[in-house]
Amino acid sequence: MPVPEPTRALSRPPFRNYQFDMVYDEMFAAPGVPRPHYQALFQTLLELPPEELRKSQQAADLSFLHQGITFTVYGNDEGTERVFPNDLLPRIIPNSEWRKIENGLTQRIAALNLFLEDIYHQGRILSDGVVPRELVYSCRHFRREMRGLAVPRGIYVSICGTDLVRVPDGSFAVLEDNLRVPSGVSYMLANRKVLKRVFPTLFHDYGVCPVDHYAQALLATLRALSPPSSTARHEPTVVLLTPGVFNSAYFEHTFLAQQMGIELVEGRDLLVHDNVVYMRTTSGLRRVDVIYRRVDDDYLDPLCFRRGSSLGVPGLFNAYRAGNVALANAIGTGVADDKAIYAYVPAIIRYYLGEDPILANVQTYLLTDKSHREYVLEHMDELVVKAVGESGGYGMLIGPHSTREQQDEFRARILAEPRNYIAQPTLGLSRAPCFLEGEVQARHVDLRPYILYGENVTLVPGGLTRVALRQGSLVVNSSQGGGSKDTWVLRA
Amino acid sequence: MNKIKETTMLSRVAESLYWMSRYLERAEHTARLLDVDLQLRLDQSPKNSSGRWLRLLEASQVPAPEDGQIDAATLTHILTLDRDNSSSILSCVAAARENLRQVREQCSTEMWEQLNRLYLQVNSTTSSEAWLLHSYVFFRAVQEGAHLFQGVTDSTMSHGEGWQYIQLGRFVERTDALARLIGTHFSHLPYPTDQAAESEEYLEWVGLLKSCAAFEAYCKAYTAELRPMRVAEFLLLNPNFPHSVRFSVERVNAALDAIGELTDRKAEQPERLAGRMRATLSFSQIEEILASGSIAYVDSIRWQCSQAHDAIHQIYFDYPVESALVA
Repeated sequence: MPVPEPTRALSRPPFRNYQFDMVYDEMFAAPGVPRPHYQALFQTLLELPPEELRKSQQAADLSFLHQGITFTVYGNDEGTERVFPNDLLPRIIPNSEWRKIENGLTQRIAALNLFLEDIYHQGRILSDGVVPRELVYSCRHFRREMRGLAVPRGIYVSICGTDLVRVPDGSFAVLEDNLRVPSGVSYMLANRKVLKRVFPTLFHDYGVCPVDHYAQALLATLRALSPPSSTARHEPTVVLLTPGVFNSAYFEHTFLAQQMGIELVEGRDLLVHDNVVYMRTTSGLRRVDVIYRRVDDDYLDPLCFRRGSSLGVPGLFNAYRAGNVALANAIGTGVADDKAIYAYVPAIIRYYLGEDPILANVQTYLLTDKSHREYVLEHMDELVVKAVGESGGYGMLIGPHSTREQQDEFRARILAEPRNYIAQPTLGLSRAPCFLEGEVQARHVDLRPYILYGENVTLVPGGLTRVALRQGSLVVNSSQGGGSKDTWVLRA
Repeated sequence: MNKIKETTMLSRVAESLYWMSRYLERAEHTARLLDVDLQLRLDQSPKNSSGRWLRLLEASQVPAPEDGQIDAATLTHILTLDRDNSSSILSCVAAARENLRQVREQCSTEMWEQLNRLYLQVNSTTSSEAWLLHSYVFFRAVQEGAHLFQGVTDSTMSHGEGWQYIQLGRFVERTDALARLIGTHFSHLPYPTDQAAESEEYLEWVGLLKSCAAFEAYCKAYTAELRPMRVAEFLLLNPNFPHSVRFSVERVNAALDAIGELTDRKAEQPERLAGRMRATLSFSQIEEILASGSIAYVDSIRWQCSQAHDAIHQIYFDYPVESALVA
C-alpha cells in the first residue's frame, strides 16, 4: 500500500519522534497535515539542518544566561538562580482565535472587578444568593480591612494574567485567573527578542502582532490610577515595589522598572509620614503616588497585616485608606481568584453583565458540596485536586499520575478541610512542537495572556506560552520543570 | 519636570552603585598585585618572596597565618577563589555583581551583561595545579574585565548622579588601596632616598610601580632610573596619573562636587573633608612628607578617606528622616 504523502514527511529526521494521541495538536490537523497557519514553520523545519537549530538554541540559552534572565528556586542555597528554559519554536495563534480570547478576557476582568467592588461594599451578589456568602468570607485572601474602602476608579485588578488551556475540541477554556501579582510577562518580552533574531525572515513573512509596547501600556495603566490630588500637583510618581533580590521574579521586577523608566523600590526605601508615602532619595524625601506592588498582601504593611514582615512599609495601609496613594493591584483581590470562587465566575459574568461567558470554565467540583465530594472521593485517580489558595503548581494532585498513598493523603486532607480543595477533570492540554534533544517533539502547553485595566482594557497580543518540558508532564510552572516559548498572534 | 526626574535617585540605589564600584576596583587591584607578584617571583630568591607574600596579605587586609609560613598555592587561593575570604577576587566580583543585580534597572544592559560575564568567568574557574601555572591568564582576564566594564559604563550610562556614585566608589577604594599598599612598602623597605635603587631593592620598587600600573608612566616621567624618592613622589603626588593618590583624591572631590550640585546639598561634610584632603596633597612636597614620616602621612590619608566615606554614608545613604521632613 503506498504511504500517503503527509505521513512520509513525518518519518523524516526532525519529526521522527513526534507523538499524537487524543489531545489537540497545535501544529497538525492530522498526522503529517499541518494547520494552515503552521504550514510555513513546518516547511522551514523540514528544510533547516537540525544543526542550525541546535546552534540557535545554544546562542539563545547563552544570551539568556548573560542577560541574567533567571528565576530563583527556593530552598536551595548554592546556585539558586536558574535560567528559565526557553523553547525556540513559536506557538502560533490565528487572528480570529485571538479576537475571541481578547473579548473573553475583557469580559472576564470587567465582571471580576465588579464582583470585588460589590463584595467589599454592598454585597448584592451575596444577598441575591448567586455566590454563597460563607464561601467569600471563608476565603483566606478576603480582607476585612477593605470593606467600604473606595479604590481609584473602582478598579481592583489592573494587572491580570489568566491561564488558558486548549481542550481536545480545539476551544480555549480558562483554567485559572491570577489576580494578585501575576508574573512572567518579562519572559514573554525576552522570548520575543530572541525569536526575532533566530527566525527573522519567518517572523517577517508571518506578519506577527508586536508586543513591545507592553511596558508603555503598563505605565499608562498605573498612571491612570493616581489619586486626583497628585495629578494637580505634578506628573504622578509611579514606583515598583519588589520584595528584593531574593524573590523568584526579581529579574522581572528590574526589567519592568527599567522598561517603564520608574524607580524600583524595596520596603526599606519607602516611609509613611502623615499618611503620605515617601521614598528616600539622595536629595531627600520624594512623594509617591502609585505603587505597582509585587509584594503579597500579607507582607505589605506590618502594622496592618503580617507583623514582623520587613518587606513592607509600616503605615502603608493607612495612606492607602486616606486615598493618598494607589496600589496596583488593590489589596484583597485574591478572593476572586480563589479556586472555589472560580467555579462561580460564569455566574458572576451573567449577574453583572447580563452576558454569557465568551470563554468557558473548566468543570470544577466543589468539595464543600456533598454530592460533588462523594464523586471526587470515588474518582481520585482520574481527577486533578488543587488547594484553593495555592499557585505555582504547588499543593496539587494529578490523579492519573499519582500513587495510591498520595491519593489517600489528599483524601484525608479533603475530609479534614473540604473548603480548601477543589477537583477538576484531568485536562488533555493541547500539545505544540518543541525543539528538544535535536529534534521536534510534542509537549503540553498553556497560554497566559496579560490583561491591563486602567482607563480602558488593554491586552498585548499573545502572552506567555508555558511548556511542560518533561515528556508526558502536564505541569507547566517554572518551579516544576516548565519552560516557555514565544507566542505569535498573526495580524490576519 | 525633567529636572525632577534627573535628580531622583534612591539612597539604596546610590549605595549599591557605590559599593559595586568599590568591590570591582578591589578585585582589579588584587588581580594586579598577584599578577605582578607572579612575575617578580621568577626573578627573586625564595627567601625574599615569602616576606613579600606576607606583605601582600597585609596590603590586602587578610590576616597572615599564625606561624608566618605560607606557600604560593595557598596565598593564591586565599586571594583569588576563596569564598571564605571576603576580599578574594571571587568574593569581590560576586559582591560587585550582587550589588549591581540589586539596581539592575539603573545601569545599562551592556554594563550588567559585562559584569555578569566577568562573574560567570571567575566563578567557573577552579584552583588546580594546572591552573596555578596559567594563573596570569586569569589575572589578566579580571583586569581586562574590569577595564571593559569601566569603558562600557562610560560609554553607555548617562553621566548623571548614578555614574558619579560609581566614580566615587572607584576612587575612594583606589585612594585607600594605594595608600595602604604604599604604606606597607614604606614600612618594610629602607628609607626612600634620591639614589638609584639596586638589585633586590630595585625589584621591590619595580614591583610597587607595577602594582599601581605605574611602571611605564614612571619611566616616561623620570626615565628608567629608579630612585625610591621619585617613586614615592610619583605615586603620591602626580596629578595626571590615574593610579596616583593625588589623582584619585581629585576624582573623589570632583564626584562629590557633582553630587552636591545634583542633589542641592552643596558644602556639606563629605565635600569639606575631601577638599581638605586635596589641599593637603596639592601643597605637599615629597621631601617634607618623607622627613616628617611617610607612614604617618599615608595613614592620615587613609584616615581622612574613611572619614569621607562615613560622611557620604550619613548624608546621602542613611540620613535621619526627621532632618529630611523639615526641608
